[in-house]
Amino acid sequence: MKSRQHIVLISFGYFDNDFLKDVAEAVKKEFCCEVSMKEGHLDLSEYFDPVRRQYNGSRLLNHIDEKFTSDTSKTLGLFSVDLYIPILTYIFGQAFLNGRAGIASDYRLSNVRYGIAADEQLLLDRFRKEIIHELGHTFGLIHCHIPACVMRSGTYVEDIDQKEESFCPACREKVNHVLA
Amino acid sequence: MAKKISILIVDDEISVRDSLYNWFIEDGYHVACAENAKTALSIIENEAFDIVLADIKMPGMDGLEMLRRIKLLKSDSIIIVMTAFATVETAVQALKDGAFDYITKPFDPDDLSHLIRNASKQIALSEENENLKQKVVALENVEDLIGNSDTMKRVLKEIESVAQSNSSVVITGESGTGKELVARAIHSNSTRRFFPLVSVHCGALSESLLESELFGHEKGAFTGAMYNRKGRFEMADNGTIFLDEIATISTKMQIDLLRVLESKSFVRVGGNKEISSDFRVICATNRDLKSMVENGTFREDLFYRLNVVNINVPPLRERAEDIPMLVEYFIRKYCLSMNRPPVTIDQSALNRLEEFSFPGNVRELENMIERAIVVGNGRKITLKDLPLEKSMISSSIESLDDLEKTHIRNILNKYAWNISRASRALKVDRVTLYNKISKYGLKPSE
Repeated sequence: MKSRQHIVLISFGYFDNDFLKDVAEAVKKEFCCEVSMKEGHLDLSEYFDPVRRQYNGSRLLNHIDEKFTSDTSKTLGLFSVDLYIPILTYIFGQAFLNGRAGIASDYRLSNVRYGIAADEQLLLDRFRKEIIHELGHTFGLIHCHIPACVMRSGTYVEDIDQKEESFCPACREKVNHVLA
Repeated sequence: MAKKISILIVDDEISVRDSLYNWFIEDGYHVACAENAKTALSIIENEAFDIVLADIKMPGMDGLEMLRRIKLLKSDSIIIVMTAFATVETAVQALKDGAFDYITKPFDPDDLSHLIRNASKQIALSEENENLKQKVVALENVEDLIGNSDTMKRVLKEIESVAQSNSSVVITGESGTGKELVARAIHSNSTRRFFPLVSVHCGALSESLLESELFGHEKGAFTGAMYNRKGRFEMADNGTIFLDEIATISTKMQIDLLRVLESKSFVRVGGNKEISSDFRVICATNRDLKSMVENGTFREDLFYRLNVVNINVPPLRERAEDIPMLVEYFIRKYCLSMNRPPVTIDQSALNRLEEFSFPGNVRELENMIERAIVVGNGRKITLKDLPLEKSMISSSIESLDDLEKTHIRNILNKYAWNISRASRALKVDRVTLYNKISKYGLKPSE
């Protein structure tokens, strides 16, 4: 099924090309629509909180929504920085429910952050799931209680490892409905 | 399907409100925000929230004061307080004032998820507990429906068949025959049995009290309305409402009741929000509703709305063969509750009970047995333990005419002065009955 809907992934910061291609392929497979990759430029220092030594995810999301989106596409900003929202100590990503934009960061998805040996494949797996998860929110999906569904809420990397990178039948049906 | 939990976020910082709002709607909760305590209180007055997540430090009224006021409006509210300036004193004070938990900003996402999950579990448990309590009460009383007579078998069969439907039921019968037990049996055998059976004794309440009892009220709706209160219709959501002594309600209440039965929605006294509830109605009365409709004291449209199915519970004197079984049941029940060894009953006492007219029906028999066990003090129940003489025929009656006059008056009252039914019961023709009424100067008011 092909849709008029279009997904734009914008990388802010350095990401390996193969890594990005792999992510784009996975997103295309999961949403069955056109996926394009772009490189974005932002002065991230504006979003840096020196007290928390983290980047304000809420402001970044609003900026992406204002400057990088269109009504016919869902746009996701990819980052490699430690994101937070004012009330929470950290986030892996966030998106506007049923909106046009989302953000995701691989910063806290890496084993290195938890004192474990780096695992590039595991990092890629986690990031793909996080990207599909946040894009799912832009398609109106809320957190799913099915353990294997990619829309299952995850607050630790271990939670992300537990789920698959695909939608459960009920979530898929909702996405298909939006794409139809 | 699980109920959607609603959350109210109260914080003066817009970034906090927005962050939490986005976080919770991604989890599928119903979320609203307020920028200060005053706005939050006015929102809560119009809409009930399952969880309130409130900042302590806010301009104007602070979070702790708001917590106290919310508890006054809805004592079972789940309130989680949050602050960036955590001290042991404020935490302890918040918990003392009834907060569910306390969290320091910024929170770990996992802590927040756990907190909300625990609060949701608490809400589900409270609701389940309330439903189970109601169910236990319902089940406790069902077994009291004792009887092997043909009339009782007919009633039990009617209960069984009507329980599976959703139709309104009117249960008729004299006082003490067990109309409420029939209502409980219908509820307990229906698909609504896992939800509450809510009973309202209409005859015991004045019109305004009944209105508030049935529809609930908002805080300040009248003097003494210090809290928002759910009405019985709201409490009976998904379950059954039992309206006892339905014939006693005023004309205004009849109109209100008809409207609720037709729309299954209502507004609390002093409120303006339409509330919907899915309930089944069972009514009971010891009066003849049909004749009340004929003489204009009960609305015809309400009668037909309620009286989809009618179950008549026979008086005890019409099923005297059930008396030994009932006596045995009540002896067992009261010996057990009084922690006494089982007692027996003298055959002559049992024979007298079977001959007795029992104007107070099963309730009177139950009270007699309870009393006999108390005064008997573990002995066999004999005739002298039973206060039969007092309730039988009045000692002032001496002549045959007096006896006839009293009996005719009782029968006429029993059938609400329906001459046809009374004459059938007395096995005389209508003209004879009219002549007797005229002879003894009987009037409906007597």
